[in-house]
Amino acid sequence: MENIKQNPKSTSAKILEVLGTMASRPSGLIGLVILIFHVSLALLSPYLAPYDYKAIDPTLMLQEPSSEFWFGTDSLGRDVFSRTILGGRIALTVTFFGSLIALFWGGLLGIFCGLVGGKIDDVVMRIVDAFLSIPWILAMLLIVSLLGTSIEVLIPALGFFYGKGIVRVARAATHDVIAKDFIISARARGHSNMSIIWNEILPNVRDAILVEGAMRWSWMLLGFSSLSFLGFGVSPPTPDWGLMISNARGLMSFAYWAVIAPIVGLSTLIIGINLTADAFAKALGIDRSTKAPV
Amino acid sequence: MFFLIIKRILLGLITLFIVSLITFAGTEVLPGDACTTYLEREAYGAALEACYKRLGLNIPAHERYLSWAYNVIQGDFGYSLSGQMPINEVLGPKIKNSMVLASASILIGIPIAVLLGIITALWRDKLPDIIISTIAIFSMTIPEFISATLLILIVAIWLEWLPGIVIVPTDVSFFELLPNIILPVVAISMIMTAHMARMVRSSVIQVMASDYVQMAILKGVPYWKMVFKHVLPNALLPAINVVALTIAWLLGGVVVTEVVFNYPGLGRLVIESISNRDLPTVQALAIILATIYVGINLIADLMTLMLNPRLKTLQIRK
Amino acid sequence: MENVVQKINNLSIGFRSQKGEEISILKNITTEIKRGETVGIVGESGSGKSTLALAMMGYIKHGLFTTSGECTFNSNDLLKMDGRALEKIRGRKIAMIPQNAGQALTPNLKIGYQIDEALRLHTDLNKIDRDKKISELLNKVRLPSPETMALRYPHELSGGQQQRVAVAMALAGTPELLLLDEPTTGLDVTTQAHVLELLKFIAKDTGTSMVYVSHDLGAIAQVSDRIIVMYAGEIVLDGPVRSVLKNPIHPYTFGLLKSIPKLSLAGLPHSMPGSQPQPGTIKKGCSFFDRCSLSEEKCKLNSPQLEYLEELKTSVRCFKHKELIETKNKENVITRNDKKVQINEILNLTDVSISYAKQKLLDQILNRFTDDNPTVKGINVDINKGETIALVGESGSGKSTILKSIAGLLKTKDGNIKFGKEKILQPDVKHRNPNDLRAIQLIFQNPDESLNPNHTVEQIIAQPLRLYFGMSGDELKKNIIDILEKVRLGEFYMTRYPRQLSGGEKQRVAVARAFAAKPDIILCDEVTSALDVSVQAAVLNLLQQLKEDFGTTYIFVSHDLAVVRAISDRVAVLYQGRLCEIGPSKNVYQTPSHPYTEVLLGAVLEPDPDIKPKLVAEDIVEDRPPEKGCSFQGRCPKVIGDICKNETPPWIKADNGNLIRCHLSLEELRK
Repeated sequence: MENIKQNPKSTSAKILEVLGTMASRPSGLIGLVILIFHVSLALLSPYLAPYDYKAIDPTLMLQEPSSEFWFGTDSLGRDVFSRTILGGRIALTVTFFGSLIALFWGGLLGIFCGLVGGKIDDVVMRIVDAFLSIPWILAMLLIVSLLGTSIEVLIPALGFFYGKGIVRVARAATHDVIAKDFIISARARGHSNMSIIWNEILPNVRDAILVEGAMRWSWMLLGFSSLSFLGFGVSPPTPDWGLMISNARGLMSFAYWAVIAPIVGLSTLIIGINLTADAFAKALGIDRSTKAPV
Repeated sequence: MFFLIIKRILLGLITLFIVSLITFAGTEVLPGDACTTYLEREAYGAALEACYKRLGLNIPAHERYLSWAYNVIQGDFGYSLSGQMPINEVLGPKIKNSMVLASASILIGIPIAVLLGIITALWRDKLPDIIISTIAIFSMTIPEFISATLLILIVAIWLEWLPGIVIVPTDVSFFELLPNIILPVVAISMIMTAHMARMVRSSVIQVMASDYVQMAILKGVPYWKMVFKHVLPNALLPAINVVALTIAWLLGGVVVTEVVFNYPGLGRLVIESISNRDLPTVQALAIILATIYVGINLIADLMTLMLNPRLKTLQIRK
Repeated sequence: MENVVQKINNLSIGFRSQKGEEISILKNITTEIKRGETVGIVGESGSGKSTLALAMMGYIKHGLFTTSGECTFNSNDLLKMDGRALEKIRGRKIAMIPQNAGQALTPNLKIGYQIDEALRLHTDLNKIDRDKKISELLNKVRLPSPETMALRYPHELSGGQQQRVAVAMALAGTPELLLLDEPTTGLDVTTQAHVLELLKFIAKDTGTSMVYVSHDLGAIAQVSDRIIVMYAGEIVLDGPVRSVLKNPIHPYTFGLLKSIPKLSLAGLPHSMPGSQPQPGTIKKGCSFFDRCSLSEEKCKLNSPQLEYLEELKTSVRCFKHKELIETKNKENVITRNDKKVQINEILNLTDVSISYAKQKLLDQILNRFTDDNPTVKGINVDINKGETIALVGESGSGKSTILKSIAGLLKTKDGNIKFGKEKILQPDVKHRNPNDLRAIQLIFQNPDESLNPNHTVEQIIAQPLRLYFGMSGDELKKNIIDILEKVRLGEFYMTRYPRQLSGGEKQRVAVARAFAAKPDIILCDEVTSALDVSVQAAVLNLLQQLKEDFGTTYIFVSHDLAVVRAISDRVAVLYQGRLCEIGPSKNVYQTPSHPYTEVLLGAVLEPDPDIKPKLVAEDIVEDRPPEKGCSFQGRCPKVIGDICKNETPPWIKADNGNLIRCHLSLEELRK
């Protein structure tokens, strides 16, 4: 038994400490508040929505916002408010789990490449580069058009395409760490490879990978909503911001409210995640502004 | 030095080869093939056979790949399924249109980004930095289709300054085209510019904190001279590669933006050919877009090689 | 002309902590620099000496601000000047020679351009005259072929050459004051001695005043007329070089001098307890109070003021300095209490060669390995149980490479390493059995790098205990506390992270981790190089104590001959991966010795202005060992001809048992 268990108390204390540091900056606090708001909205909206999101009523087409319909109605007479508060649920779910998948495979492959180095590393990184050079939108559209737009397809597909960047970050972080004297020291003591990875390397690359994962989340949301805007995301009549914008766009010269409401919903969520990721990076002492959005 | 350049070019070619394999295999492995997806319910019997024969799908995959790759190298992407015409003819004008859009965004975006990055770094934590950085965070996070939609709503519909969708044929003169592409260019370059500006900012800040900049100050070098001679060359060099990656990312934004503005470029072709299950065209698009990506990165690599004195003198030392 | 170049009056510089508190890092500095005078400012890391040097150019780093005082140059306050006015003074009247020239030269600009820039700013010369002047300056700093040198980029030069370029750049104006911030730190010993020699020459030649900032009293002693000693942001002693070094009347300086190992004396230096306080922690009283052996109640309550003593021409900040005037700085050291080393081999290196060259594919397939000129070649050493053997040499001598091979981290190309009398150690650490692994432990140079920043001290020390002895629970905890006490750290350190410890404490943790394995041999790789002098003495004493308690064998790699003298029983001198000389340390430090040993010993800087270094060889940098012949042929001052180039020199045995590898006879070596 050479594994040293992290003291659980210290881990939760560390999480609290990081959250505290994040909230101590105004931008981090705003980000956290927005994120918490959106997550709670996603959880509670089915109980809050005043109308059925799919109830079509031709007599109520394109109503202006009023006390009855707070955000007005859309071209099919559906309540925009109900649809807006419900519209982030799928996006949040898909991108959250997608990020987890990206984090998992990207992190593992990156650490592996960083560790083995040499020829294997070269070959794997070449393949990753090749995947990177196919525009994500083309690849995603192709997959979705062939396999369908169900969540079971979207989550792993997004997770796969957004994991590439994490591979690079995890690999670079691992590279940096394995040259350090404390790794050499552990090797000289004769620790097993697994023990070195678990005790020495993981704790030191964890932060960089987590930050990268948080960033991927906001980009994946951007990608997912672009897909659904193009009509390759969730299928109607399920409410989704990207799709709502796409549908209401044609009539926006008459009914701007049907476009504005989902735009506000989606923009605030992306900004919230982004600010949170930024504050998270700063709290862990990582500068994320030097990275390209790939 | 010479060998380094050759090596980079070879690596780029290898990447493209893998891309071609992936796209080819991707369309093979995924359920259905060009004919079944294209013909849909009519995919049986003689029609299917004829289709197979026409596309050469009845011969083994690796042979098909080789002949396809051979043709691609010669610049022939085969026939589009939906248009029933050579893909090259479909692609030609669309590539031109998209290039206009993309290069305008790049040409406008890069100088602005560099300028904003330098300004925010030199006035770090002061008012210009706070304002620009805040705007950058917003424009960086808002997806292109939202900014494009908002631009149309505000500038085209409410203010009626510029056309909201591109309605003119594209072979018009530059000045007739100009008002039509302003909004798409703004929508495309927003994210990219914000990203690059942030990158440049942190790179400049890093260099400003270096020993050699402190030394230049202590040598009595005037401020702006120090900025231009000692800071910028060293700060912008590492930025080149990141800028290249950002440009590559822009290709995705072009697709979405073209759809919003109804612009007849590659973006709409992507959507159309995918909606129509036109796999040969999709393959051609993948190869072309990947080539642009690899090309841009290769140029960035070579620029870095040329400009970095460390690498420039590598040959002499060895 | 005024006789004083720069006057610093009551200068305080501080920063604001996160809680909004104002924390001083320089406190009420008052001093002046006379024309033509060289002043050494000495202090350990965190004493504020670099901040002071920068303030002397009117430069305050981002985040710092002046809280009081002024810094006048030719009666103008630099700290109140605007940027334009400062540009006219910086580089022209006051020039800086930075610590790490490699990082202080702009990487994208050629050497010639960077010197030319200074000339354009600060002189009226035209292009032709400037080009002439560049050659002249490069010549003056003794750089070879100035014309081609000017066309090079900074990274193409060696560390010593970069430092010389920085000197040339500083001389481009006609400075009245030269500030040198640790200008020789990080250079090899011989290069350092040469650069210092150059600086002394320049001071004499140009008559400029110099301020030499360093942690190294040896270097300071060689160049300075006057020494200012700084501690925790204050001047504690300020006086003529001989007064300060021969009769240090401040207890900190007294202790500091005693903690420096001397080449002339075998035995360990005295260490000072504790470490320098962090800025802002001392609220009242003397800042040296808790480390001082003379302190009494009033030192705790009142801050002593700088007091000028006419008879010594020295200012001192201490209530008790009178007691120290009587105690002359007697040269004494702690005698090592070694057990008699038995001839009882514990480790044996036979014909060891190590190569960094990559195996070619063909050779890999044929399973052969050809490198005729490996980094390390033909090392034969027997190491006895309980002895401390030192491997000495400059960078590139292969000393650390040999350590890595012993640890199994780098495979040997030829030869083998035997543990005990019989057993050949597996060359790869992965194939070694647990007992061999346990028996050999490593301690690294920089504890910041060698301790995992994410582990607590408890987790760090637990690793070898779990791995080799399978300990857990209370037994593990008890053992950790035991070991911590042995390295003089208390139980309460267990929950700390490395970042919460001082440099000396971190290195103690690293020592504790090595000893936790109950090893037979400990490999020490420059273990004190990253530490401050007073901390270094403490770590050396700790290592000696542990060795006396456990009978451990040390293989001690260092570039510092004085440290080696203090701790080792035997010394092996290496040049370019080849052994030059090996013998008991007292013999190595005497004649006859190998010409390279002589060069190294000559370059050592003692903290005594009356012991001058002897520069007998050029400080050329060789990046590869010669193909054949003697490894030192390129730089040897005593080279006799073709025989040195073509034939590997034989081992000759001196009458004191010392082995020297040279073609010269003992008599000739003695000269």
